[in-house]
Amino acid sequence: MLKLDNLYKVFHPGTPNEVRALRGVSLGLEPGSFLVIIGTNGSGKSTLLNAVAGTFLVDTGRINLAGHNITRWSEHRRARLIGRVFQNPFSGTAPSMSIAENLALAARRGRARGMGWALHKRLRGELRDRVRALNMGLENRLDNAIGSLSGGQRQALTLLMATWLKPELLLLDEHTAALDPKSADQVIRLSHEIIQRHKLTTLMVTHSMQQAVHLGDRIIMMNRGEVLHDLSGTERARVRPEDLLGRFEEVRRREQLDPATADMLRLNYV
Amino acid sequence: MTLLLGAFTIGLILALLALGVYLSFRVFNFPDITAEGSITLGAAIAATLLVRGCGPVLATAAGFIGGLLAGATTGLLHTKCRINGLLSGILVMTALYSINLHVMGKSNMPLLNEVTLATKAEHLATRLAGSSHDLNVFGWEVGIRDASMLVAVLLFISILGLALYLFFRTNLGTAIRATGDNPQMIRALGVSVDFILILGLALSNGLIALSGAMLAQYQGFADVQMGIGMVVWGLASVIIGEALVGSSSLGLLITGAVIGSVLFRLLVAIALRWGLNPNDLKLITALFVFVALVAPQLLRRLKRPKVVTTPVP
Repeated sequence: MLKLDNLYKVFHPGTPNEVRALRGVSLGLEPGSFLVIIGTNGSGKSTLLNAVAGTFLVDTGRINLAGHNITRWSEHRRARLIGRVFQNPFSGTAPSMSIAENLALAARRGRARGMGWALHKRLRGELRDRVRALNMGLENRLDNAIGSLSGGQRQALTLLMATWLKPELLLLDEHTAALDPKSADQVIRLSHEIIQRHKLTTLMVTHSMQQAVHLGDRIIMMNRGEVLHDLSGTERARVRPEDLLGRFEEVRRREQLDPATADMLRLNYV
Repeated sequence: MTLLLGAFTIGLILALLALGVYLSFRVFNFPDITAEGSITLGAAIAATLLVRGCGPVLATAAGFIGGLLAGATTGLLHTKCRINGLLSGILVMTALYSINLHVMGKSNMPLLNEVTLATKAEHLATRLAGSSHDLNVFGWEVGIRDASMLVAVLLFISILGLALYLFFRTNLGTAIRATGDNPQMIRALGVSVDFILILGLALSNGLIALSGAMLAQYQGFADVQMGIGMVVWGLASVIIGEALVGSSSLGLLITGAVIGSVLFRLLVAIALRWGLNPNDLKLITALFVFVALVAPQLLRRLKRPKVVTTPVP
């Protein structure tokens, strides 16, 4: 379904701010699989997600999704195949437009937008049903501006929008990190439900070890723009939050060496 | 009475300018200065074509298309060449000054004996009324030319406002509004933000050029200087409209821009009648917009409770 081949990305090359954000990431994802990405700050996990979404183009490497080579596709063109939920609850919805209008925009993700009515009658009925299924009481507020809703409600709607048309790939970028614990819980439950029901191929970045362990069928841990650990199958099934924290500790200890020395040591001895 | 009718008519014609400014400044949050050149471009194209014997409807439409192209150019400079939005507008506006002179061949082009939209409206009204005498409306003598022009413009603006409202509710129209509201979101939903911005600026300047084309025909001349200060003028109209209707629903906002434009023109006409020096007009318009932009911030600051600072022991 998704195949990443040796992705490299350097930001601000040749300047003192040079960041080697992705250093040869390769990854294959089966249809319907749910991959959780964890890693320390600056490990490249969000960069990897953005590389797939097309926020920037990678320097070298290949990205294949659903039979298309999308490496050079622009962000908006990839949206035909990809649904996204952002970390910031304000990023995924247009605040001054109504709930119904936002959903109507999502109902044409990646399709041509012409002179047809955005909110035609058939769609209105469907809107009400699918919003009611969120169990947030929003079905009676379809004409209210989204800006008046809470972060959790907006994130739930963004999730609904991202999956309104079944995407080939769903990208979740720490989509509960900015929510209060209760809303985060609700959004996670909803994500799980939607992903299960539609059997969506999913990439999720998270800071929460709990989420990493309880969601998905495979975990990768990134560090310095590389995939450090890749847990799947029985190994993944046995893993507990403490094990993941242990691996973070390991990384932290290694970081205390000079990065260049660490790389040299690793090349020579590991 | 003629003064009042004239103010109404010009206010309605400039409502197109207000709608264009609303689109760029409010919907896209894009400070588009191209307007000052494109309103003149619309007037220049229409006037030149009329003088050459072209029909008024065609001449007006050509003015509109000229505006579309001007706006699209600004959009292209900003999106494809990565030039700052304000600067893109300034570049196109400056270039348009020369282009407008070339279109007209001189700095002022009078429309004396040409068949314009204004003479057409008058002609039609005369035929309908059966005579070319002044009309008696509620005891006032009203010139048939003024009355017919006002009615025609009112009709046209109503239809155009309604069309714009309906357009903003289509798939394309909602995508345009969402692009101004949250570009990141609409990109993730598969819309090219660059394309929509170019399209939106084209539409905005098309409306503004249309306003210029109609203004030239109403006042009977096109002048290369007529665009100066028009952005601030349009902004003043939009601000008055928003103050009247509150910035809530789309239909109200469009209506508000139209009413704001008429009201602003009326205020100016009355002020001029009371002896305001016409030379001060632009200064006062700018001051008005300045106050309208700053007043809400000041009010908010006054309302906020004072922070009680405890002295450090």
